[in-house]
Amino acid sequence: MITARGLERRFRRKGRSGGEVHAVKGVDLDVEAGELVGFLGPNGAGKTTTLRMLTTLLKPSAGTATVGGHDLLADPLGVRRNIGYVAQGGGSAPESRVDEEIELQGRLYGMSKAAVQARGALLAGQLDLTGLGGRLTKTLSGGQRRRLDIALGLVHSPGLVFLDEPSTGLDPQSRANLWDHIRRLRAEHGVTIFLTTHYLDEADALADRLIVIDDGRIVAEGTPDSLKARVSGDGVVVGVEPEVTTAAADTARQLTGAHDFDVEDGLIRFRVPRGDTAMPELLRALDAKGIVMSSIQVTRPTLDDVFLTLTGRSLRDAEQGAPQPEVPHVA
Amino acid sequence: MLRDTWLIFRRDMVGALRNPAWLLIGIMQPLLYLFFFGPLLVKTLNAQGLSDVDGWMVLTPALIAQLALFGSSFVGFSLLADFRSGVVERLRVTPVSRAALLLGKVLANALQAVVQSILIIVLAYLVFDLNAPVGGVLLSLLIVFLLAVTLASCSYALALTLKSEQSFPALLNAVLMPLLLLSGILIPITAGLAPKWLYTISQINPFRHVVDVERNSFRGDFSMDALFTGSVVVLVMAVLAIWWGTRTFQRENA
Repeated sequence: MITARGLERRFRRKGRSGGEVHAVKGVDLDVEAGELVGFLGPNGAGKTTTLRMLTTLLKPSAGTATVGGHDLLADPLGVRRNIGYVAQGGGSAPESRVDEEIELQGRLYGMSKAAVQARGALLAGQLDLTGLGGRLTKTLSGGQRRRLDIALGLVHSPGLVFLDEPSTGLDPQSRANLWDHIRRLRAEHGVTIFLTTHYLDEADALADRLIVIDDGRIVAEGTPDSLKARVSGDGVVVGVEPEVTTAAADTARQLTGAHDFDVEDGLIRFRVPRGDTAMPELLRALDAKGIVMSSIQVTRPTLDDVFLTLTGRSLRDAEQGAPQPEVPHVA
Repeated sequence: MLRDTWLIFRRDMVGALRNPAWLLIGIMQPLLYLFFFGPLLVKTLNAQGLSDVDGWMVLTPALIAQLALFGSSFVGFSLLADFRSGVVERLRVTPVSRAALLLGKVLANALQAVVQSILIIVLAYLVFDLNAPVGGVLLSLLIVFLLAVTLASCSYALALTLKSEQSFPALLNAVLMPLLLLSGILIPITAGLAPKWLYTISQINPFRHVVDVERNSFRGDFSMDALFTGSVVVLVMAVLAIWWGTRTFQRENA
């Protein structure tokens, strides 16, 4: 469905100082039909820029790609006919009615009025939008509007849909609901989905396969589990009284395979191959020295850990430290 | 592309008709001029012998030109709103013709300008005994249409180039005020009345010729001399504006 080779995009910085922002530095991508692929990375990593290139909104500075069976550079119109795109900020006009938006969208893809209405009714049923046709989109709730955006992206039955940060700005319940809908759409329509996210739980919950981008380059790809397997061991956080921190840390270092220590006042973080078996051992050892733990936490590796392992930064740090390129668009 | 243009045109018309009150609010300014300034101007023009025809024949065509000039210049705001809400992007991913995205909107704006002009002319007829020939009024409406097409295209192109709700109106006001004053909308800038330098500057202003041709067609003067310059000017401007607008819509990243 998608094959990209060496996609690059540079932006000229505005103003007299000039200079260039190299937002995407050579991206290779392969997405098979029917896959649900998560494109993961911190803000400013180049996710949206890559997506905008693949959806014909932005011309690559270099590289080639075939999207939905059509060459991105030679036949952008062919690409447009075969893909759906749901932008990060949505795309419905506040002053338009829901049914008008769906009809316009379908007809711009060349569908007949009757075909759009039938398809619109089907999608409305699947996306819990039934009965909202006469409403102005500005009166919809955030979750409803997001589902309308998705309906707009699917109205012409594309084989490939791009979802840019689909759950950003939704409350937890609407997010979980949206995830259900995305999974169901994929199951019922067999549509290939390429979604970007900077939420690890979203990538973990939805995607068959993840592609991780950082600083304009692909840094890893694989299933969520295979990526997590790259992180060695479970994370452990032990809380103790500040004055005994050093003693407690020394005790923890005796555990077989314990590594990656990060010790601050009253808090010891490290990784250990088997958190579940290491904990009783640590408890006994600390107890023998008369050190009392105030808290303990064991976590299975998360995609955040994966990101940390891959890039040496946590996803959150990456977002704070990322140089924000001149954003070429809003939303 | 015709189908796409029609779809976009219909979308914008449906939007405009959803709140028809705005069409009326849009003509408040020319209406205020018509009622609160018109009687004074007309009396002055007639008393001073500054015009060879009735003062209403001078003011009414100028007001509809002003309406097209100002009303259509600010339509870019709606595009900025569409841009912010992601509508522009959403439409750009569809196979819709880029030119249709512009033309559909521009035609909807121009039609609204014509309808508003008709309202003003009807009021001037009913309330102030405006007495203009039907043929002349129809021609003036055609020119209003072209003028609105020109300004709406430019407005969209400018809005999409600037992409800023702050600089867009500031720039528009800076450009529109001199254009308005130098087109002699309120009092015709004639060789007899104006100092020579002012007259010369006004001749450079294309909109002056459009206002002239509006006035000439209103008084039923269909001679080559009266219509040629203004008609050519407005046609050329409309073509250039659509070219600029289409180019901006087609250009990447716009």
